[in-house]
Parts: sequence; C-alpha cells; structure tokens
Amino acid sequence: MILKGTNLKLSFGGLVAVNNVSFEIEEKTIFGIIGPNGAGKTTLFNIISGVYKPQTGTLNFKDKNITNMPIYKRARLGIARTHQIVKPLGELTVIENVMVGACFGKKNYNLKQAQSVALDVINFVGLSSKIFTLANQLNVAFKKRLELARALANEPEILLLDEVLAGLNPKEVDNMLEIILKIKQNGITIIIIEHLMHAIMKISDLIMVLDSGEKIAQGTPQEISNNQKVIEAYLGDPKLALQLVGEK
Amino acid sequence: MLVWVNAIINGVLIGLAYAIAALGLNLIWGVMKVINLSHGAFIALGMFAAYLSVKLLGLSVYTALVPIFVGGLAVGVVAFFVSLYRVLNEKELTTLLSTYALSLIIIGLGTFFFTTNPRAIDTHLGSFTLGYSSISYARIIVGLISLLLAVALYLFLFKTSLGKAIRAVSQNPTASKLYGINTTLVLSISFGIGVAFAAVSGALIASLFPFTILSGSVYELKSFVICVLGGLGSPAGAILGGLILGLLENILTLKIPVDYMPFIEFTILVIILLIKPSGLWGRR
Amino acid sequence: MQKGYTLYWLLPALIVLIVYPILTNNVMLRETIFLILLSITLSISLNIIMGYTGYVSFGHIVYYGIGAYASFYLIYAYKLSLIFSILIGGVFASLVAFILGQAVLSLRGAIFAIATIGINEAIKSLINNIPFLGGAMGLYFDFSIYDKYGGAIKAIWLSYYLMGILTIVCVISAYYIKKSKFGLGLFSIREDQDASSVLGIKTKSYKSMAYAISAFFPAIAGGIFAFKSGNIEPSGAFNLVKSIEMIVMVMLGGYGSVAGSALGALIYEKIKGILLVLPYIKDLHLAVSGLILLIIVQFAPGGIVGFLTKYFKNLRKVLE
Repeated sequence: MILKGTNLKLSFGGLVAVNNVSFEIEEKTIFGIIGPNGAGKTTLFNIISGVYKPQTGTLNFKDKNITNMPIYKRARLGIARTHQIVKPLGELTVIENVMVGACFGKKNYNLKQAQSVALDVINFVGLSSKIFTLANQLNVAFKKRLELARALANEPEILLLDEVLAGLNPKEVDNMLEIILKIKQNGITIIIIEHLMHAIMKISDLIMVLDSGEKIAQGTPQEISNNQKVIEAYLGDPKLALQLVGEK
Repeated sequence: MLVWVNAIINGVLIGLAYAIAALGLNLIWGVMKVINLSHGAFIALGMFAAYLSVKLLGLSVYTALVPIFVGGLAVGVVAFFVSLYRVLNEKELTTLLSTYALSLIIIGLGTFFFTTNPRAIDTHLGSFTLGYSSISYARIIVGLISLLLAVALYLFLFKTSLGKAIRAVSQNPTASKLYGINTTLVLSISFGIGVAFAAVSGALIASLFPFTILSGSVYELKSFVICVLGGLGSPAGAILGGLILGLLENILTLKIPVDYMPFIEFTILVIILLIKPSGLWGRR
Repeated sequence: MQKGYTLYWLLPALIVLIVYPILTNNVMLRETIFLILLSITLSISLNIIMGYTGYVSFGHIVYYGIGAYASFYLIYAYKLSLIFSILIGGVFASLVAFILGQAVLSLRGAIFAIATIGINEAIKSLINNIPFLGGAMGLYFDFSIYDKYGGAIKAIWLSYYLMGILTIVCVISAYYIKKSKFGLGLFSIREDQDASSVLGIKTKSYKSMAYAISAFFPAIAGGIFAFKSGNIEPSGAFNLVKSIEMIVMVMLGGYGSVAGSALGALIYEKIKGILLVLPYIKDLHLAVSGLILLIIVQFAPGGIVGFLTKYFKNLRKVLE
C-alpha cells in the first residue's frame, strides 16, 4: 500500500464536496478516478496534496499519517501533482520551471544536479525544442507537458494527474498515454482523473467512481463498465462501455 | 454622559460619509477586482473641487455636489482608459502599480497647483445644542446626503438595467459578454461611479474639516479599513463598516489623541486581514 | 545555474563610478554619486522582495529609517563605533522586517502592498511620539563625535567609502541570491505561490528571508547617511517620496534584474537631475515619477531590461 484514504470528509459551507471516501492504492499501479463534474475528484486531489485538510478522516502515505502535513512537505515525501488548469511559472523558462520541480522535490537537489535531472525529464516528455522558451509563450499542449515534466522532476513516488488529456487532439492524447505508461514502468504510482473514457479505461489498473462526493463504485475497468450504478450515473450506454473496454 | 451621546451621534454621521468613500472603492473592487490606489487622490480632488466651487464660483458646497459627482464620473471614465483598460487582465500587481502611478500624477499636480497649505470651507450653518454639547447642522446634512447617496446607489444597482449589467459583470465577466453586455462600457462607468463617490465624499468631508492636498491618503486608509471590515464586494458591509469606524473614531478620541488614529486603523486592518480576510460580511 | 556575465561589466562600472570622485578629490561629484549609490542600493534591495518575490513593498523606506535611527542612537548615546553601529542597525532592521513579515507576508500581493503603505506611516507616527528618539525634532550630533574619525571632513569621506563598499556588497549579494536555489524559489513564488507550495517550496520562510534581506542594505545605508548628516528626524528618515522613487526605479530598470535596478536608479537620478534645474518642472517631481511609472506599466512592464531582452535575446545573459 502506498496511499490510503480512510473516511475522508470535507464540506465547504453547506456543500459536502467529499463525503466519507475511502480508498487504498497499491504501489506502481495506475489508479483512475472518474465521475461527473462536481463529483469531488479535484477536491480529493487537493486533500492528497495538502491544499485542503479534511474535516474528518485520515490520509496515510505508506506507514505515515499525513492528514495534516503541510503542503510543501508532501513534495519532499514524493507526492507530485499536475493541475487541471495548468499553473506554469510564466516568466521563467521551461528549463527553469522543471528545475524548480527537481530542486524542491524528494531529492532536494542543488542547482547543478537539478539542471541535469531537468534536462532528462524535458527529453522524456518531448519538450527539448523549447528549453529556453518562456513558459507563458507555450501553447496548451506544451504547457501540459511542462506541467507533467515539472511534477516528474520531483522524482516522485506518487504522481497525481488531473485531466492531463483535456484539450488535446487525438494524436496528442495517444502521445501522452504512451508517456504515462512509461512513467508507470519507471516505478511511479499514478493516480489519474480523466473524463476521456477510452483513455482512462485503457490504462488504469483500478478505477474509483465518485458522484456528488461519494464513492459509488470501485473495480477494474471491466467491472466498472458493467456496474449498474456507474452506468446510470455516468456512462449512459452499457453496450458502448463494453465496446470501449473491448478496445484494450 | 452627554459627551458620549455626542460622540455616538457624530460617529454615525461621519461614518456615513466614510461609507460613501468606501462604497466607491468597493464598487471598483467588486466589478473589476482592482484595488484602486488612486482613491485617496480623487477624494482630495473632490475636496478641492468643493473648495474652489465655494471660493471662486460662490456656490454653496451642497449645490456643488452635483457638478462634482458628474465631473468625477467623467474624470473616472477617462482615468479608466488611461490607466486600466490595457492592463485589466494582467497580474494583480500591474493594476495596483497603474492606479498608484495615477495617484502620484494627481497628487503631484495637485501639490503643484494648490501647495500643501491647509484649506477649509465654512458652511456658516451653526449647530444646535443638546444639553452641554452641540452638533453642527453641517454634520447632519453630510449624514443625510450620504444616506441618500447610499440609497441611490442601491436603487441604481438593483433597479436599473445598467445597474444590473454592472452586477452581472462583477459576478461573471465572461458570461456577461456572451449575453451581449458591453463590458468595456460597464467597467468604465463603474470606475467612473467609484471615482464620483470618492470625489463627493471628499467634498462632504471638506465641508466639515480643514484639509490639504495630502488629506486624501488618510481617508483612503479609512476606506481600506472599512472595506476590509465590511468585506470587499459587500456594499451593505461598507456602510456598516463606515458606521463602525466612525463610531470607533469618535469614541476613542475621547480618550486618545487623534494622532494615534492612523496607527490604530492600520492595526485593525492588519488584524482583520490575518483573521478573516474576507471581512466580517464579505464574499471573496 | 547557467553562467551569467552581468557582474563582469556591472562591477567594474560601479567601481569606476565610486572611485572617480576619490581620485579627482571632487567633493561636489562625490555628493552626487553618494546619492546615486544610495538609490542603487535601495533599488536593488527593494528588487529582492518586489522583483524576485513579487511582493510590492510600498513603504520600504521604513527600513532605511529604522536602520538610521538605530545606528544614530548607538553612536549618539553610547558613542559606539560607526561600522559596528551601522551593522547593528542593519541586523535590527532585518529583524523588524522578519517579525513584521510574519504578520503581513501571508497576505496576498495586493493586500500586502496596502499593509506596507500603513507600516511606514505607523512607524513614523510612533517615532514622532517617542521622547528619547527626539520626537518630531529629532536628534543632533555634537560635532566632537567626528573627532574619533579624524574630524568632520575625514568622517564624510569615510562615509563615502563605506557607501561604496555597501553598494558593491549589495550588488554582489543580490546577484548571487538570484542565481541560487533560494533565488529560484523566490522567482517561483512570484509566478505562482500556490504551485510553489505544491512543488515543495516552504513559501513562508522564503518570503520572510527575502523581506529581511531586503531590509538589511537600506538600513545600513540609513545609518551611513545619518552619520554623515550629523542629525536625524522622522520626516527625513521615513521619507515617503523615497519609497515611491524606489518603486519607480525598480520598474523603470526592469523588475527581477540586478542590472535593471542599478540602471533604473542611475537613469532615474539622471532624469531627476535634469528636471530639477528646469524652473517649473522641479515642483512636479512626484507627477513626473508617476507618469514614468504609468508609461512603464502600460507599455513596457518589463522595464528597460525587459524591453531590451525581448528584442535582443543575447542580452539576457548580461542583464540579469
């Protein structure tokens, strides 16, 4: 077990964003989270990365209780994330952006080491042609790659991907999926939020479904696409769902 | 005992005038998320506009309020295009520095033309006595006019279509554009109204106390404190905040020298910002 | 970090500037350059919290004033040596900045800026009311204080040397901070504070450190100037106009750049020098500063350095 959430609950005023959600994620797997908009997926990510503290419930990273651990310490532990709306460090270059990830991540590299780590990661995600470009001059697809590169430079144990595929054309999506699978091969546990059904079904080992803050199902992609509750809440057409899984 | 009553009444009356100043700042923040650092400069301009109207044109300061409001509106719209239009979507600090630059220009020019000598307007209205204390009629009029302005603003924002457009833009600029609202018009007029309110509040304050070209910054600080007390984006909060500040001031100065007020106000500001940044009533 | 060449030209240029009046024994020139060195130091220091970290400090002159008062008082009341006093003044001001920072740095950029507007006024009014610091009238040296340094004239030259050294140290420090991991963290905070936390930067500590460092050099400069003038009083030490000028200089030169801040200070002082001799314009000092700031913000937010590096990318390595 690398990450375990137990009975996590968080409300904002009258709205319960995350309601008694529990999960357990095994190392080196890809754990998918799906659900309609407003289901609480990004809120859950915010709890895992420390931006929000749950009102009840606990979060454990391996044997450590990290429920109330400050945000910046989680990066040191090896938890890295990308954001749904990318947050590039606009007036810094691509290499500087990625170096930030390397410098303040798990290994706490100095600048020189960080630079070489950053170059490797930039190569890996395919941003080599843009090393000295300012982040705010990149297009959306490259910004997403930058977001990913920066998180990877942390050399994390867990990588949280929040809708990395949104806004990408089919070719870019396939590209990104390849990269994600390679990341998994490198031994990194991945938690991924996605709306692109075929993509998340294709790569996830296990999927958790949230709806209105509650966990309504968990299982393999096959199980999920057959799950009545999920189909009703989300997928709509069971036949189509099976078709999509069949594409594996 | 009566000293306290006096303090309370004066506090409420002046608090209403402060509230008008704060409403201007509040509106601009609410609509375009800009903290207008030229607010104090426009208050000072309003003070001098009132002074000049009385001294040069022989108008009563209360009659002058109308042209001052209209003038403030016009100047505000121009100021919007000069300092904000191009940079509205930039970093927050850009708009901050832009309005700050505007205040420097205005105060700089103002100091050049008016010097830093204090001025005052005498309304010749006298006061009525309440036992051993007296309350000036001028203060009562200021309070009443402020109340009227606040009500007028409320009616404008909630009962006219332009007012509704302004509220729409402050809640969701993109959606408003999609609904066909001319956001540039709305933004510039909102800024204009904000400046007009600052100018009028300056004129009202000038009818009560002596002032210099540099007095604006004192009231700007008060406006910030009020907006933070009441919550940026909440007009009702601004009025309540104004009343609270007015009362606080008048009651505290019974015991503490008035020089300490800026320091106290600043401390209140920082404390509230640390404990409850959205203010006592505000939305973020 | 990548090799940069800024100091290769900036330091020699500064040294020439500093040494010239010494070699020519030109007192008038010395006074002019004294003020330029002060502006450069103030501008580069402000740049650390404003340009690197993204927190605009509107009343930053307050640390100049605190340093001036602390140092002046130590010499005046306890007859301590100049160098010791100004250093203590510097450390004291940094401490004040650090403590105030705990309170105000958690506020977001714009709100922080507003809070700093109040800090200067608050401290000024505080000092106005403290008797042993001379109140509104201030304190005056007995000229015998200068005997220790060989008389008043030698003492002023000493102040000049110290100011020169301070400026050089300030430039070098600011540059190496920028090129360090700490500096990278600050720039990251400027761009996106939330993302920076998630990336592992302890933003609160970093901001506090930056703020404390940005107070150190102005404070020492304050001590030097107070010693040189032989007197100190609140409106001179906490001169709000200087705060405004600091901001204009940083923006004019280009925020985030050491060379920019130095250039901004130099150019601004030059412009001021020209304008002050014109009959009407000299009273429009504030308005002109405001106009410069407005134009920069509207049309060239990156300042001179930003403008140059946009069109001549090769200049990036020498204008850091």
